[in-house]
Amino acid sequence: MSDFWIILTGCLAAVSCGLLGCFLILRKMAMIGDAISHAVLPGIVIAFLFSGSLDSVPMLMGAATFGIITTFLIETFNKKGGLQKDASIGITFTWLFAIGVILISLYADDVHIDQDCVLFGEIAYVALEPLTSFLPGLSAPNTVWVLGTVMLLIIAMIIIGYKGLLLTTFDPSFAASIGVSTVVWHYLLMSAVSITTVVSFESVGAILVVALLIAPAATAYLITDQLPKMLFISALVGIISSFGGYYLAVWLDASVAAAIATVLGIEFTLVFLFAPKNGVIIKLFSH
Amino acid sequence: MEIFEQILEFFSFRDVNVRYVALGTVLLGASSAIVGCFTFLRKKALVGDTIAHSILPGICLSFIIFKTKDPLMLLLGAMVSGWLSVYIVDYISANSKLKPDTAIGLTLSVFFGVGVLLLTHIQHSGNAVQAGLDKFLFGKAASLVQNDVITFGIVSVFLIATIVVFFKQFSLISFDVHFAKTIGLPVRTFEIILSIITVLAVAIGIQTVGVVLMAAMLITPAAAARFWTDKLKVMIVIAAFIGGISGVFGAFISFTAPSMPTGPWIVVVLSIIAIGSMLVAPKNGAISKIRKQKKNQRKILEDNIVKLLYKLGEKENDFFKNRSITTLKNYREIPENKFLKGLNILKNKNLVVLVNDLWVLTDEGKKAGMRIVRIHRLWELYLTTYLRIAPDHVHEDAETIEHIITPEMELKLEHLLNFPEKDPHNVNIPYKNEKDSNE
Repeated sequence: MSDFWIILTGCLAAVSCGLLGCFLILRKMAMIGDAISHAVLPGIVIAFLFSGSLDSVPMLMGAATFGIITTFLIETFNKKGGLQKDASIGITFTWLFAIGVILISLYADDVHIDQDCVLFGEIAYVALEPLTSFLPGLSAPNTVWVLGTVMLLIIAMIIIGYKGLLLTTFDPSFAASIGVSTVVWHYLLMSAVSITTVVSFESVGAILVVALLIAPAATAYLITDQLPKMLFISALVGIISSFGGYYLAVWLDASVAAAIATVLGIEFTLVFLFAPKNGVIIKLFSH
Repeated sequence: MEIFEQILEFFSFRDVNVRYVALGTVLLGASSAIVGCFTFLRKKALVGDTIAHSILPGICLSFIIFKTKDPLMLLLGAMVSGWLSVYIVDYISANSKLKPDTAIGLTLSVFFGVGVLLLTHIQHSGNAVQAGLDKFLFGKAASLVQNDVITFGIVSVFLIATIVVFFKQFSLISFDVHFAKTIGLPVRTFEIILSIITVLAVAIGIQTVGVVLMAAMLITPAAAARFWTDKLKVMIVIAAFIGGISGVFGAFISFTAPSMPTGPWIVVVLSIIAIGSMLVAPKNGAISKIRKQKKNQRKILEDNIVKLLYKLGEKENDFFKNRSITTLKNYREIPENKFLKGLNILKNKNLVVLVNDLWVLTDEGKKAGMRIVRIHRLWELYLTTYLRIAPDHVHEDAETIEHIITPEMELKLEHLLNFPEKDPHNVNIPYKNEKDSNE
């Protein structure tokens, strides 16, 4: 049963991240996703100090707040400070991450966050969690409940807000002209990214969240230009990586999250080389 | 008092460990800052981040292949995979529709994933020799020893020497790649040399501050220095200084509080310096920019008010009539408090005086107003004559330029247009030495 929970956790995180990742990539914000996933660390530590657990409402709020602070700082440094975009991203997330690490050392006795866990998580722990049943007839580890809820919320957000997300992604000025607020969607998306990052944090860590955010979406983008298809393929790529990653990790006796990222890399490479329309090999032969 | 003693103890460098840690962090901070100036100026700030994450699989592979922790072999592995990641980012962005930032995020996270996969595989394999490989993840600044410092020293000298030798070429490819290509510089070669020394700087630095924070060691000092100067050489010196200072400071903090991690403190100090520079730097800082903006806005307000008073004088044939703010408001939409503020400034400059709550131009004020009106009309004429813009389209433009034109440019305009008497709207252009001939 333990492998089932691990793979399911991977799938839930991968689908949430994969769906959001599509919007990040299309909005040319891939590295902002990367920045947020690191910069929520102080939020996690502070919320942990207050609530004493990793899967709680204060935690999500702390994360969302720091996600928004990150986006805001990057934009302020860029526009008001006159710093180029990539430099303001780099400075912001390293600064906040450093504060997070310092906070962990300061409150090492109260905050049980492992340093390794910060970077690459430990998905295998999900199998050790006791089962709780929030719905009749269904019992699952806490992490699964949390990740599942977040995934459903994200799917709901995409379905309900599809038009707004689509317009603000592809044609912000048109969206603004018909009264769709780009700012609201921007910050909504950033909050969703922060929350997803935090709930995936324990399982896959800060850096591998980035792999889940970017790799499936990038892979899907090479296969199709249509957003609905891209979302679907991205989620599928994530699910495949979760299965593949688990068995790779078992075979090599290594970290599951790292194996998931490795499989994502392999999937991307295959598509990059052999995709029907955009693949490098195909292009080579068609010349 | 205790803190004072600790400062004394630390900076006397009596303790040999303190000496190594301080020297090591200074060397590292300064040399990565110097290299970072070029990555920053080439707008590749996140390349350092990519390299830092991508070094891990190289280190692990070289450990698996050579079964040794010999720093040189590990460094070799690190260099290969770090450099490969830079190449892959370029290749993906050049050969697919993915944007560079997507390529960066993809490459660094997948490389890091492979690295952690190999690292955990090695750790779980029970090989006792592997202990210590994970210092590449988080750094170990607080436990630098003599050998580390010697390595840092050699690498720093090598990095700085390379930059000194190729300074001209590096600055060309940082500022103007196209120009560098035109004059026949082998741009690609120097880009590769630059990326190799960047990889080297990262591979060394990562052992001190760890994967995530290495990016800051490269770009944060450069970004901070950029606010203080426009000259590359000065920028490099300032960046090196900032990098070094932060290094010492980080080392000092973990000396006084041993549970504190050195790397993150270095980065926090760096960030504070960078944000401080962004705010207070004399020319490029945010505060001085805001101040400049305020000053411009004030000048525009002053100009507009004297101009209005002058034009009203022109219209009513009486330049020295007392006028109330209420009257003035009928002619120009400026809020009352702004009017009051502007008029008070003008009063301090002796351009207007206040008589019984009414405002009136002084002689000086009349001259100032006349100057703005003259420039405005000259510019309108210039636009219609030389750029053939219709007379009814030139007002807006003149409204902006009238605050900017210097006395020298004014003189040039006058000569170019040969002291014209009428503007395109057939209104007189007033001159200083003419004695109000139109009235």
